[in-house]
Amino acid sequence: MRRLRAVKDKTVRYFMLGIAIFTILLLIVIGLSLFFKALPIMKEKNLWVLLTSADWKPFKGDFGFLPFILSTFYVSFIAIIIALPFSILTSIYLNSYASKNVRRFFEPVVDLLSGIPPVIYGVWGTLTIVPLIADKIAPGFVEFSTGYTVLAGGVVLAVMIIPLLISIMLEVFRSIPKEMTDASLAMGATKWQTVKKVILRRSVSGIIAATVLALSRAFGETMAVLMVCGNIAQIPHSIFDACYPLPALIANNYGEMLSMPSYESALMFSAFLLFIIVVLFNGLSRFTLNQIERRYQF
Amino acid sequence: MKHLEEKIFKVIMICAAIIIFGVLVYIITTVFYRGLPALSLDMITKLPGGGFYLGKEGGVLNAIVGSLYIIIGSLAISIFISVPLVMYINFYLPAKSIFSSLIRFSLDILFGIPSIVYGAFGFALMIFLGVRASLLGGILTVAMLIMPIMMRSFDEITRLLSHDLPDALLSLGATKYEMIKVILRQLMPGLVTAILLAVGRGIGDAATVLFTAGYTDNIPASLNQPAATLPLSIFFQLGSPVEEVQNRAYASAIILTVIILILSFSARYFGSKFSKHKI
Repeated sequence: MRRLRAVKDKTVRYFMLGIAIFTILLLIVIGLSLFFKALPIMKEKNLWVLLTSADWKPFKGDFGFLPFILSTFYVSFIAIIIALPFSILTSIYLNSYASKNVRRFFEPVVDLLSGIPPVIYGVWGTLTIVPLIADKIAPGFVEFSTGYTVLAGGVVLAVMIIPLLISIMLEVFRSIPKEMTDASLAMGATKWQTVKKVILRRSVSGIIAATVLALSRAFGETMAVLMVCGNIAQIPHSIFDACYPLPALIANNYGEMLSMPSYESALMFSAFLLFIIVVLFNGLSRFTLNQIERRYQF
Repeated sequence: MKHLEEKIFKVIMICAAIIIFGVLVYIITTVFYRGLPALSLDMITKLPGGGFYLGKEGGVLNAIVGSLYIIIGSLAISIFISVPLVMYINFYLPAKSIFSSLIRFSLDILFGIPSIVYGAFGFALMIFLGVRASLLGGILTVAMLIMPIMMRSFDEITRLLSHDLPDALLSLGATKYEMIKVILRQLMPGLVTAILLAVGRGIGDAATVLFTAGYTDNIPASLNQPAATLPLSIFFQLGSPVEEVQNRAYASAIILTVIILILSFSARYFGSKFSKHKI
């Protein structure tokens, strides 16, 4: 009887250890298999050419990823520029000013915003943002725009990353010891001065980490962006041009790629590219955030 | 002067918060406003008639059932892996071991990997194994997507658990495995919250199932048949030139939104229940 219990305990322990190792390995396996799938195209073409050429003619064998890489960056940066002020202001408000009731009311708002599926954001974008840009905003700047633009992608993405930014920034603000803000308030500083001189100054690295994390989320977002940004393989010259980010490229072409090995490899190359960027960005910002969390723990 | 600045910034901050809330309301009302006229009982009880892309009849039952199958399958897989892992990090490994921080770190990174990359990986894996776009492929890929979500939120809740009960159990002579069986009962509301969060993410994601589950007019009868899903039913039917089909997409959007609302609020309910237990 005693032995049986011990054996059971041991079996379970090894089973768990196996799962733990599997979880760490999964990351490596994903990276490696995407790499090997992308290898044929990297062998066939110069890596530098792949990244900097703007020619995208898969059926002629030209695979230049520059339009897609630039599109991804443009859309994501617009999203960050829009989302950052809203997120910082709202999280400061929730952290330092709002009453308990307001905070309790806002938690599900943030939850819901992060829970709404990308495809719903896409539907919302096509129904509201796209016509708004085509009819109201773009005519003021350019002659004609369909509305399916870099700007539309940026706006939709901005709304999608706001909940992530807010929840991480709130955590960062919370890690600042209350004694510090209390000391500032006791010296006669107003709340806003305390926010400016204590909270924000203490949180610079955290805010940067949150931004990088949100940026990497924006890079990989597929469906919502795909539905509103036009999907034309060109280098966008203004925010009223259509664009074609990397994830949209993968999503749109999966069906036809099977017929051409180099095309399939090219698409896997873009998945690999996304993987590398996201892992790098995520790793850096998670590391920073973990450090911040530990900073005031004694 | 400094009080004026205080007031100005307070107003700006309140405006920012109100705008964010306003956008949420705007999204939900847009979806309902456009979709409600198209919503009918047929939508949730009938398969699309005459093909999902051009047929004017019927509903999206294929997508509802397909999504349900995929989420149940992937949930089973990820619970089976997540629960032991979280227990292992929290109760088997020492509190500040390098191994546990390494696991948590890779979970953080897995959590950040875009769903399209999971989709591409799942697709590569399926080619390697010789599986076509099918229910099985969808289940495996969605399981990969929701596993890190479930693990992370369950881990966060488990970390809050006070160590009194585990210590008491161990001092009574229970093995760790026996201890965990007791503790899991106490952590049940936390596990439910984690599951609901994972389901919400998994059921709404289109990019993972796009390559791996395929799309079909019918309800899959076995694991190697393709399966339709709700997010893809929105995406594909929206691209149709036929108005009735587009309306079906908007109706699916309402169905998906309602599912997400229910999941989100019940996760909150179970979460709050858990914080009561803690005291």
